[in-house]
Amino acid sequence: MTAGDSHRVWRFGADIDTDQLAPGAYMKLGIEGIAPHCLEGVRPEFAPKVQAGDVLAAGPNFGIGSSREQAAAALVQLGVRAVIAPSFSGLFFRNAFNLGLLLLTCREAEVLREGERVALDLQAMQVVAGDGRRLACDPIPAFLLEMVAAGGLMNQLRRRLQTNP
Amino acid sequence: MQSPPRQPQTLAQKLIARASGRAHVAPGEIVNCRVDLAMFHDSSGPRRLKPMLEELGARIWDKERVVLVMDHYVPERDDDSRRIVRIARDWAREQQLPHVYDSIGICHVVLPQKGHLRPGMFCVGGDSHSPTGGAFGAYMFGIGATEMLGVVVTGEIWVRVPLTLRMWWDGRLAAGVSAKDMVLHLTGRFGMNGGDYQAVEFCGPGVQALAMQERMTLSNMSAEMGAQAGLVAPDAVTREWLLAAGVPPEAIEIERWHTDEGVDDSVARTFRFDAAALAPQVAAPHSPANARAVGEFGATPVQVAYIGACTGAKLEDLRAAAAVLRGGRVAAGVRLMVAPASLQDQQAAEAEGVLGTLRAAGAELLPTSCGACAGYGGSIPDGATVIATTARNFKGRMGSASAEVYLASPYTVAASALRGRISDPREVLA
Repeated sequence: MTAGDSHRVWRFGADIDTDQLAPGAYMKLGIEGIAPHCLEGVRPEFAPKVQAGDVLAAGPNFGIGSSREQAAAALVQLGVRAVIAPSFSGLFFRNAFNLGLLLLTCREAEVLREGERVALDLQAMQVVAGDGRRLACDPIPAFLLEMVAAGGLMNQLRRRLQTNP
Repeated sequence: MQSPPRQPQTLAQKLIARASGRAHVAPGEIVNCRVDLAMFHDSSGPRRLKPMLEELGARIWDKERVVLVMDHYVPERDDDSRRIVRIARDWAREQQLPHVYDSIGICHVVLPQKGHLRPGMFCVGGDSHSPTGGAFGAYMFGIGATEMLGVVVTGEIWVRVPLTLRMWWDGRLAAGVSAKDMVLHLTGRFGMNGGDYQAVEFCGPGVQALAMQERMTLSNMSAEMGAQAGLVAPDAVTREWLLAAGVPPEAIEIERWHTDEGVDDSVARTFRFDAAALAPQVAAPHSPANARAVGEFGATPVQVAYIGACTGAKLEDLRAAAAVLRGGRVAAGVRLMVAPASLQDQQAAEAEGVLGTLRAAGAELLPTSCGACAGYGGSIPDGATVIATTARNFKGRMGSASAEVYLASPYTVAASALRGRISDPREVLA
């Protein structure tokens, strides 16, 4: 991924919880059954219209609530490239990286506007906004960036077991 | 070899140092820990782990250290739940798992009751309320299914050593006020993510005075504060409770597992509260952080009162509800549902007359499972105003997007059922 790729922004508010991302009533289904209901309580048009490569920009405390990793998996299933927010639930943060979803902790995430196109510069750890402004993000440990690059923990385990069965 | 002078450490640091095989760890460091116990349930466990394990051709690292609890989709109510529970049962048999608890209660309550937790352990759970285990002086936190797969295959997990937020409670709670009120108050004060994925430690005379299951309620709702773990230093109360649960005395180490005197402020911040001055708390829809004193809710009418969940239907919680409902009857038009957190608690409550009191007051008894708390077993009608002893009142969580859910203690839920409106249990008990 280079800073050149641009991503369409979907804006969400604060405190987006796991039960909005993966509603309890659909939890008995597989991820292909859950993903169409992702965030339907807040923005019903999101799941049907989101495109592969889009990003979410949200308020603080994104992903609070349950340990259900389907909350992150639903976004992966819908092709979401990254979530940008001032803060995340710690448990959701772990789940997202384990599933290969990039989370960027960015104090200024809420200046991003609906529909704007942004670039992600992971070398500099910055979000490049539509007007060229660079928003700083918290550093991410190298092993977590590698996990995202590998497409998640499952792929890493697969490789590890192939090397040392 | 000379050992360096001992640096004062927090309980969280000591627990992680032990699990990572180090003498000392510093907040912010990322370390790899050996897992003493991995717990998961029918929703987060086998149905997700089995296919991933098969795909990897991998095996469980140590079956003795794995506990499976069927609590989310039981009793089975449709084809999907039957399928999910069947996967769990078949897999448990196929793997010959030694520790499986099927339909006898909610994982966070069953786990210690079956003697699996003890001070000093490092544990993970496939459920966000896993910090409940911290009440026993174990470092326990929730993880998702893929990360659980990593643990099940390798027996290890990384952790960033947390800071500690010490919640120091002076004084003793008044009659009709409980641990649930303490933790709702803290969630209101610090917010849903105020714990910042650090460790919370509940301490001081107000915490030491609490029964074991009340301490579990504090640790349980550390999840709502966004903490990774919610710890209570073990003491004589912990020891007695664990002995009664069948843990051998030599396996219960108390002395070592506490935060040292003189620990640096940069590692542990202390916040002080007065238990004696605390009023019953109620969290308004749709966030546990909307907690305020019960008196601020006027006479909000309720149609459903729900006493359930790992948070609010343990034996201590059932006793609290019975203390309020003794000799009374729920108000006309109110449905009171009670889903005891475990079969053991249900039987103890039956034996001591607590369940009889609840039934006589008009309570409907539901199975000992997660039930309506997470909207897995829907019995909350659309549009209803609900007051519940559960941990979360996110919009739609209990299964109906139009239900308004208030959170409170078992005392307050019982008092509200009795009067048909949000009520202060101290008035009923007076």
